Amino acid sequence: MSLHHRDTVVARPRSARHALGRSSRLAGLAAASLVLAACGGGGGGGGEEDPAAAEAFPEDDITFVVPFSAGGPTDTVTRLVAEPIAEELGGTVVVQNVEGAGGTIAAGEVAAANPDGYTVLMHHIGMSTAPSLYPDLPYAPLEDFEPLGLVTQVPMTIVARNDFEPQTMEELVEYVEQNAADITLANAGIGAASHLCGLLLQEALGVELTEVPYEGTGPALQDLVAGEVDLMCDQTTNTTGQIQGGQIKAYAVTTPERVETLPDLPTTEEAGLEELQVGVWHGFYVPTGTPEGIREKLSAAILASLEDENVVSQLGELGAAPFSQEEATPEAHRQLLEDQIELWQPIIEEAGVAAD
Amino acid sequence: MEILQNIGLGFETAFTPINLLFAFIGVALGTAVGVLPGIGPTATIALLLPITFGFDPVTSLIMLAGIYYGAQYGGSTTAILINLPGESSAAVTAIDGHQMARQGRAGPALATAALGSFFAGTVGTLALALFAVPISEAALLFGPAEYFSLVVLGLIASIALASGSVLKALAMIVLGLLLGTVGQDLVSGTPRFTFGLRELYGGLDFVSLAVGLFGVAEILRNLEGNITRSVAVQKVKNLWLTRADFRRIRGPVLRGTGLGTVLGVLPGAGHVLASFVSYSVEKRVSKNSHEFGKGAIEGVAAPESANNAAAQTQFVPLLTLGLPVSPIMALLLGAFIIQGIVPGPNVINEEPELVWGLIASMWIGNFFLVLLNLPLIGLWVKMLTIPYRFLFPAIIAFASIGTYSIGLNAYDIYAIAFFGVLGYVLIKLGNEPAPLLLGFVLGPLLEEYLRRSLIISDGDPSVFVTRPISAVLLLLAFGAFVLAVLPSIRRKRDVVFEEES
Repeated sequence: MSLHHRDTVVARPRSARHALGRSSRLAGLAAASLVLAACGGGGGGGGEEDPAAAEAFPEDDITFVVPFSAGGPTDTVTRLVAEPIAEELGGTVVVQNVEGAGGTIAAGEVAAANPDGYTVLMHHIGMSTAPSLYPDLPYAPLEDFEPLGLVTQVPMTIVARNDFEPQTMEELVEYVEQNAADITLANAGIGAASHLCGLLLQEALGVELTEVPYEGTGPALQDLVAGEVDLMCDQTTNTTGQIQGGQIKAYAVTTPERVETLPDLPTTEEAGLEELQVGVWHGFYVPTGTPEGIREKLSAAILASLEDENVVSQLGELGAAPFSQEEATPEAHRQLLEDQIELWQPIIEEAGVAAD
Repeated sequence: MEILQNIGLGFETAFTPINLLFAFIGVALGTAVGVLPGIGPTATIALLLPITFGFDPVTSLIMLAGIYYGAQYGGSTTAILINLPGESSAAVTAIDGHQMARQGRAGPALATAALGSFFAGTVGTLALALFAVPISEAALLFGPAEYFSLVVLGLIASIALASGSVLKALAMIVLGLLLGTVGQDLVSGTPRFTFGLRELYGGLDFVSLAVGLFGVAEILRNLEGNITRSVAVQKVKNLWLTRADFRRIRGPVLRGTGLGTVLGVLPGAGHVLASFVSYSVEKRVSKNSHEFGKGAIEGVAAPESANNAAAQTQFVPLLTLGLPVSPIMALLLGAFIIQGIVPGPNVINEEPELVWGLIASMWIGNFFLVLLNLPLIGLWVKMLTIPYRFLFPAIIAFASIGTYSIGLNAYDIYAIAFFGVLGYVLIKLGNEPAPLLLGFVLGPLLEEYLRRSLIISDGDPSVFVTRPISAVLLLLAFGAFVLAVLPSIRRKRDVVFEEES
């Protein structure tokens, strides 16, 4: 059985994109592990407990599947932690980008992959919104995946064109309530973090603005800088440069704490909008049925990576921070996923956007 | 002179041995992936991005940028030799370039592409260095309404692309527009023409469309008769340009460079639009317009210059405003972020070495490219002497591997096969695939900008004529339309007169 699994992994050259971390034990170990795996063949199916397999894990490259393009924020976060995770596990981690359909193609593939711990999905907040956005989803986030742990949450900023009237968050709230019909709100496309944040903003203020969708953040920001649209809510990774450069103005950051790179920007809570809390949280998943021993090993490595100095400082430059050890556990991750699915479902339904 | 200081600083940075080496690696890789059908610069940069994590920021960006503009050089090679555009903007080059190759003039066609690219790349970089800030400010004057009108102008101008019947060209453009509607609707999220295929949610892929319509269809056509092959039916005459050739490409290269420099700044498909538009312009102004579609050297010089100039000025919004106008620029933005540099309007002041080093490296890179590509011409032309029974399976294999490697999905191979058959049917019906590709590229932009303009204006269509830039563009479009229709009206009148007399 396990030999079959290993063959499947080896026979997937598509995962051999780029190896990170230690590629320590080479051919010798690979041969040895094949023998080992062959011996363990009588041990039972992948879903069943096999202490020996968990003990020996990882015997092969582990693939981290990223559902978005290389160089994007999710990809950056994944590659940042992949190295310390590989080191912690004493193995090699391969990062693979499988793009398309708002990340649901990648998630669908991982859900159908062998639950042996060698195929791991990285996904962000989109994991919780996909069931509402794509009713024909080939997987169920809570049933088909085991959350391994959370990594980081990228804060979002509420920004506007420079000559937009309101100067502060308080003024913005008042202005939006009075002029809702005339205000345009840009986003980077259906299901994008900026779209979700925009929905929540409208919900929090109890208004309906004119939503202007774009294909990606770049063109949306360009029109905001040019003054074609009024408002937008997007990740710090996308907006910090323009805010610091004085091309757009920022009202608030949507996380409980201020961000280091924009110290003068108040939080939505400080500005009196407690309910407007949204961040792009990232976490790892394996398909349901992955042996517990292997999951524990992976989770422990993920938790350890969050304390890595380089990870902390690099995330800081992105305007984000790793989750604390208590917040990042698999249990906390499952809880957050459940809460978020519940939070977004009515909001997305009410907005009437769905891919079906 | 501050600008001279800046450029001096740039060369100081770019001329270190390590940066020279990586500029060379970048452009060489770019040439390679440009030549290989299917795999393009976007996939290559995405693949190599992680390797550059450990590099110095400027070294990393010099290499990644080199891959991008290097691919613009390489893309024309297979387009000319085997009618297979290796890169999206090379689709136009295939029209006349491949005809030249069939007439035994592959050498001059490749030389024209290389020299035109070199000139345009150098001038485009100069424009980037001198006018980056004003160019980016001008780009900000373009809102959705202006872009809509510009796309309308591009579409109408491109009717000139067809060498045959205007009606057939229109039919192809419309088919392209329709193919462009496949995928998830941007505003409502509703899937359109996806037939339950998740792979179609993101729309059809330009690369598999182009590889199928041009490359595979050409192979099918070559295999149908007892003609062993179409390419090099005539002896390869000479490898280099004649003096007459030089005179003929001078104007097209200059105009192509100008158009490319301006259009490159536009978001979306700036460099593809640039090559299509410059081809249409040449066809209209050239003394040899009857040769277009049958191997006019101008038809290679203009689009190749345009797409290379555009490739350089596409960096303007990224470097001056931190705004990526295309997926490639978004990847390079990712490279900045990974290096801990926050892209934005301050980058040019805070990281002058990085920005000017990158700009200077583009001159060096373009120089490497012409040095690399000119000697290769002889080799490429030799490739045409390989018996076709060996060549065509290799072409199909390379195209399939290249396309598969981007999305890692067997669906892309089926797409190539499907469009190959479609392309063959179109050829048999006497239709040309180039206007279809243009419709496919511009259709989604047309729709996107139209709907966005109307959303922002609250449904008021008068924005297109009350905004001055948009109004001028529409007026130009109308003029181009009249010019395109006029000859056929006159011809009809001539016919009428003949009958009367």
